[in-house]
Amino acid sequence: MTAEIRTSDGELLSVKLKKVERRRRTTAFLLAAPLLFFIVFAYVIPIFQMLGRSIDNAEMNSFLTETHEVMQTWDGGEMPGEDVTSTFYYELKTAVENKYHGKIATRLNYEKGGFTSLIKKTSRKLKDFDENANFLDQFIDVHKKWGDIEYWQALKRGTDAYHFRKYLTTFDYEQRFDGSIERIPEKLRINVTLWLRTIFVAVGVTFCCFILAYPISHLLSVLPTRYSNLLMICVLLPFWTSLLVRTSSWMVLLQKQGVLNDTLVSLGFVADESRLELMYNMTGTFIAMTQILLPFMVLPLYSVMKTISPSLMRAATSMGATPFHAFRKIYFPLTYAGISAGSILVFVLAIGYYITPALVGGAKGILISNRIAYHMQQSLDWSLATAMATVLLIAVLVVYWLYNKIVGIDNMRLG
Amino acid sequence: MNSNKSDFVKFEQVDKSYDGKELVVKGLDLDIAEGEFLTLLGPSGSGKTTTLMMLAGFETPTNGEIYFDGRPINNIPPHKRGIGMVFQNYALFPHLSVYENLAFPLKVRKVNKSEIEERINKTLKMVSLTGFENRMPAQLSGGQQQRVAVARALVFDPKLVLMDEPLGALDKNLRESMQYELKHIHESLGVTVVYVTHDQGEALTMSNRIAVFNDGKVQQLSGPNELYETPVNSFVASFIGENNTFTGTVKEIASGSAKIETDSGETIIANPIAVNSSGEKSRISLRPERVSIDPNEQLENKFTSEIREIIYHGDHTRVRVNLLGNDDFILKVPNASSDLKLNVGDKLDLGWSSHDCRALDY
Repeated sequence: MTAEIRTSDGELLSVKLKKVERRRRTTAFLLAAPLLFFIVFAYVIPIFQMLGRSIDNAEMNSFLTETHEVMQTWDGGEMPGEDVTSTFYYELKTAVENKYHGKIATRLNYEKGGFTSLIKKTSRKLKDFDENANFLDQFIDVHKKWGDIEYWQALKRGTDAYHFRKYLTTFDYEQRFDGSIERIPEKLRINVTLWLRTIFVAVGVTFCCFILAYPISHLLSVLPTRYSNLLMICVLLPFWTSLLVRTSSWMVLLQKQGVLNDTLVSLGFVADESRLELMYNMTGTFIAMTQILLPFMVLPLYSVMKTISPSLMRAATSMGATPFHAFRKIYFPLTYAGISAGSILVFVLAIGYYITPALVGGAKGILISNRIAYHMQQSLDWSLATAMATVLLIAVLVVYWLYNKIVGIDNMRLG
Repeated sequence: MNSNKSDFVKFEQVDKSYDGKELVVKGLDLDIAEGEFLTLLGPSGSGKTTTLMMLAGFETPTNGEIYFDGRPINNIPPHKRGIGMVFQNYALFPHLSVYENLAFPLKVRKVNKSEIEERINKTLKMVSLTGFENRMPAQLSGGQQQRVAVARALVFDPKLVLMDEPLGALDKNLRESMQYELKHIHESLGVTVVYVTHDQGEALTMSNRIAVFNDGKVQQLSGPNELYETPVNSFVASFIGENNTFTGTVKEIASGSAKIETDSGETIIANPIAVNSSGEKSRISLRPERVSIDPNEQLENKFTSEIREIIYHGDHTRVRVNLLGNDDFILKVPNASSDLKLNVGDKLDLGWSSHDCRALDY
């Protein structure tokens, strides 16, 4: 039996310890609480709400609840019966009275092009309908598209309370009415191209940053403090400038009549009529993003390199290793932590980069983030935008998870 | 010590400057014999580490030439010199195990696998670290890391091993036992060792010869006992061991003895080492343990002092007295003779032989 240990004032040691610890924990929590609440309410909850939109179709479902229910018995093989068409007629009539038929038109248009005009025209003519005659015929009379079964199929799909079709669209697939999943026609495919380009740019920019940052970080770590501070300021200077300003500066430098081209022409490297296309394509995106993300590679590399004692390289050479061999076998492996930390930072930032490709990328240099913005702001297909954003978020989390598995997140140091 | 070549390593008129204004090493001439354990001893900034780094090849001499085994090596890069080195903070490769650390110099030399294993086993046995092959350096204690560093510098059988204050980071007991161990390894292998330290105890314990550096120059190059017993100038006398000094002027000088009048006006009979003529200023050096208390034998110098402070040191007691105007005259009294009753303020008769009392440069 273990004797009960008590503190000098007679309390049980375990109880007393918990009390003391609780006070400490509460203080720690209170210090973190404002930030925690801010993050939860201004960041985590909105993000999950947005993500929910990628599968949520409840509003549409509420507009046409009964039509949707009646349609459950319709297998879509032939034109729908009067039960479906009449229910749809009454619900659409309510929608017109309450002026939300525009929303229905927009939503259905995401399912199938042509629905906007179809619903609008039908809504205008709805008052002329004879409620005792055949509804389907009258619908077809208003617009011949109602005779195309695909529109009725789209109506059924479009009124589901939730769906995963946007995720298929994200990868240029669509679900046919019979449930089969197929790629969309080739000329409409754009998302996969953008995904691949985004990954290519993110990997490429990470690699360019690594190539440029490694020597400079090494120099920073071995220079005497007064020089390294100056150099560090040069590296960090971009951080103190607005991203928009920096990107705009790149536009000034890279455009056809820009500084870089002018210099090359005046030096005679490039003929005046064949000025380099450095902007509104991938080259521009690459150059500008590499420059902007470079500090994120330099800082972790520098912080790791600074801890490597110069005597290690000396020891290796004293044992007979050539400087290159010593670098490859000793120095380089010791910087793995910095390389991986810098790479994951740059990669994760690059994969979701928006402003720079939007400004200097042109049509050939835009990335998936620009497509998400397009769906948020122009096409207003928020479901698709959020589905893409979710895929992007998952991709980043997977990269992060892999990093944690292979390197361990504790090894990340930023300076 | 079976010295084959007395100039196995040779520094010839070597100067070194980092900034073009000051010489860190000035006109160094130094011969190191094969199989010797030579220590470069001196305070920090005395040029001893720079000398070692020039020999290793990490620094280039500004002037002069260094020869290793008969060849000039100024233009040979460090990795082609074949010199083993133990660094101040061990410089073990943190991402490699003990075995891989030791295998590194052998793999560079393309030694085959079985021989690598054989040599590593032999070397680890020598430093009593058998069984530690798969440990990472971070899992070893300071002393063990030190042994690995030594083993790694020896495993490829270099003819010359350089050690840059290798015991500096260890605690006192470990440092002492490592000193003996290094000494034994040196004796059993017969390898030439150049050792840098600022710890005179270390230097005296291990070395065959010691080069005392100060101000970029070798002040004295001799064996440990010679260095302690017969320092040639006042820097060496004060740097090595404890030392009582008087300053004075030479009054009379003959072979083997000089009469020197101290600044307080007394006359001391001293052994003229670095003084040649009367009228010269001199600093007289006297080891505490060469002073007799209550002397009854015939000694040339006998004076009375007053005790100022008594400090107990375990095996001995240090007594600070005022003697001939010097308030910091130190005596070492072995605690075996504890029948001696000492009290602050007591008068104490002291005496010493003129031979032990060396008149050096001022």
